[in-house]
Amino acid sequence: MKKFLFALLFVPLLAFGSEESVHLDKAPVNLEDYASLQRGARIFTNYCLSCHSANAMRYSRLEDIGLTKDQIKNNLMFASANVGDTMSISMSPVNAQEWFGAAPPDLSVEARARTPDWLYTYLRSFYLDDTRPTGWNNTVFEKVGMPNVLWSLQGEQVLKKSADAHDENAAPEFELVKPGKMSQVEYNAMVGDLVNYLTWMGEPIRTTRQELGIVVMLFLGVFFILAYYLKKEFWKDIH
Amino acid sequence: MSTMQKFVGWIDERFPLTANWKTHLSEYYAPKNFNFWYFFGSLALLVLVMQIVTGIFLTMNYKPDAALAFMSVEYIMRDVDWGWLIRYMHSTGASMFFVVVYLHMFRGLMYGSYRKPRELIWVFGMFLYLALMAEAFMGYLLPWGQMSYWGAQVIISLFGAIPVIGNDLSLWIRGDFVVSDATLNRFFAFHVIALPLVLVGLVAAHIIALHEVGSNNPDGIEIKKHKDPVTHIPLDGIPFHPYYTVKDIMGVVVFLMIFSAIVFFAPTFGGWFIEANNFIPANPLKTPPHIEPVWYFTPFYAILRAVPDKFLGVVAMGASVVIMFFLPWLDRSKVKSIRYRGTLYKSFLTVFVISFIALGYLGTQGVTVLTTNLARGFSVIYFAFFLLMPWYTKIDKTKPEPERVTG
Repeated sequence: MKKFLFALLFVPLLAFGSEESVHLDKAPVNLEDYASLQRGARIFTNYCLSCHSANAMRYSRLEDIGLTKDQIKNNLMFASANVGDTMSISMSPVNAQEWFGAAPPDLSVEARARTPDWLYTYLRSFYLDDTRPTGWNNTVFEKVGMPNVLWSLQGEQVLKKSADAHDENAAPEFELVKPGKMSQVEYNAMVGDLVNYLTWMGEPIRTTRQELGIVVMLFLGVFFILAYYLKKEFWKDIH
Repeated sequence: MSTMQKFVGWIDERFPLTANWKTHLSEYYAPKNFNFWYFFGSLALLVLVMQIVTGIFLTMNYKPDAALAFMSVEYIMRDVDWGWLIRYMHSTGASMFFVVVYLHMFRGLMYGSYRKPRELIWVFGMFLYLALMAEAFMGYLLPWGQMSYWGAQVIISLFGAIPVIGNDLSLWIRGDFVVSDATLNRFFAFHVIALPLVLVGLVAAHIIALHEVGSNNPDGIEIKKHKDPVTHIPLDGIPFHPYYTVKDIMGVVVFLMIFSAIVFFAPTFGGWFIEANNFIPANPLKTPPHIEPVWYFTPFYAILRAVPDKFLGVVAMGASVVIMFFLPWLDRSKVKSIRYRGTLYKSFLTVFVISFIALGYLGTQGVTVLTTNLARGFSVIYFAFFLLMPWYTKIDKTKPEPERVTG
């Protein structure tokens, strides 16, 4: 019995030991920060939305983060004609597969599949690698098909030291060999905005859901008090 | 006579409305000493109704088509009015159904509610549990994400392990050589009509059988042994309505608070209720590194993986569910309730619960030598609980049962 309980204690530890984990930085997600979400939307439509689609996302939904229909139409729509359209792209998955080796995934719910932290770290972890067809590799997503699309902003970096695969807290070290248009601080902030936007886009209803949740919980709290005293009143004669 | 009374009288001459109301509610005498564990039967009924109602609304916008299914769920989440709420209620409801049902079954184990004369209630309940597992499994395919797809692929391929007919059987279930549009369509049909019909029918049988023999209680004694000589009402019984209806309302509100906390603040429940991989559309060419069923199946999945041979693993997994049907005939104790049982049964039950939870946990983890050995150990305990029951319940030192319920 003692031995068995002892073994039981180790079960949860096992899980952490056995899986290889990549170090992830914390993404600065703040869905109340409309300015950041709007900047993120701008980066998304400029840099991502030519190879990646967001087929579940309508341009008009951007009104939820404080943009007007005209702003959306004039600043963020390049291909589609109607503000009610979804963020689709003209590149076909078949062609994409041929060109990149894998079709770029639809990004509508990518933040929910990957987690914001993963995206935030991934977009900052591209490095030059001659062995890859695109010339780029990534420490978070090894042998990724996508090149560093944001290289002109980030600059070009090389991998100085790989992270220890068994230590979750160890981050790889990069060295900037050619500076981009942005400083590292600016670049991190920009990726932060982009990931914030992707997170919002994964579930645009999230803040509404949480706000409504508080109202529902308060209602149920009051309901419970009534239900409790109703029960007490009915049961006072039962011993 | 008021108009209302006249109207009810008119119906009663044609349909036993008042008689049924009395039999099942106002003159159904339930023991007065129900405790916390007695909330989960009515809560299971509540969740069933909630799943059916939200399910109807989801069906209005969901597309059971391999090319459209994934995006139609996102369409519901974004463009359908209140669609996100309906969908989260349904996905949370699926998991909460199992939470409630597992607690309901555990109550039965603790107080011996499956013992004579309630064997059929238990058997109907077990059929309900089986139907619920099928319902949940088929429903999980419908969002057509990676975990939906590969979970179904793995489970259906298990039928392939059956000798001789195995491959043809799994082909027949899928309607294709791999999980495909044909599979999605038939699972949809089973999920929205066939199995809900079975569930509703079995719930009716479960409740009719219960009301025929009367409810058990935490003391595991029969309240019908002591009746009022004049009214013939059990002395320790109280009418279900209004006493337990008002009490259950309280339970429902507490349940809804927990339910809403999940729906509004953590609908994926950290990946336990909706897995992250299910936000990636199903891709038959790309197998995810970890395929694991949803949490409510993982104890059985762990038993499956614990056996080295695939076919024997399937047999062990099947047996782990089927063996529960025989509980009423495996238990030889003189008493029903855990309150009057001896140390032996209490120890066995405790260790059984621990191994069930441990198996559930191991079923979510990757396979290593250690996890496999642990799963084997816990599987042995799981089966030992049932197979040794005739022996340990018979020799267990029980305490005398009271004559009347103790509150």
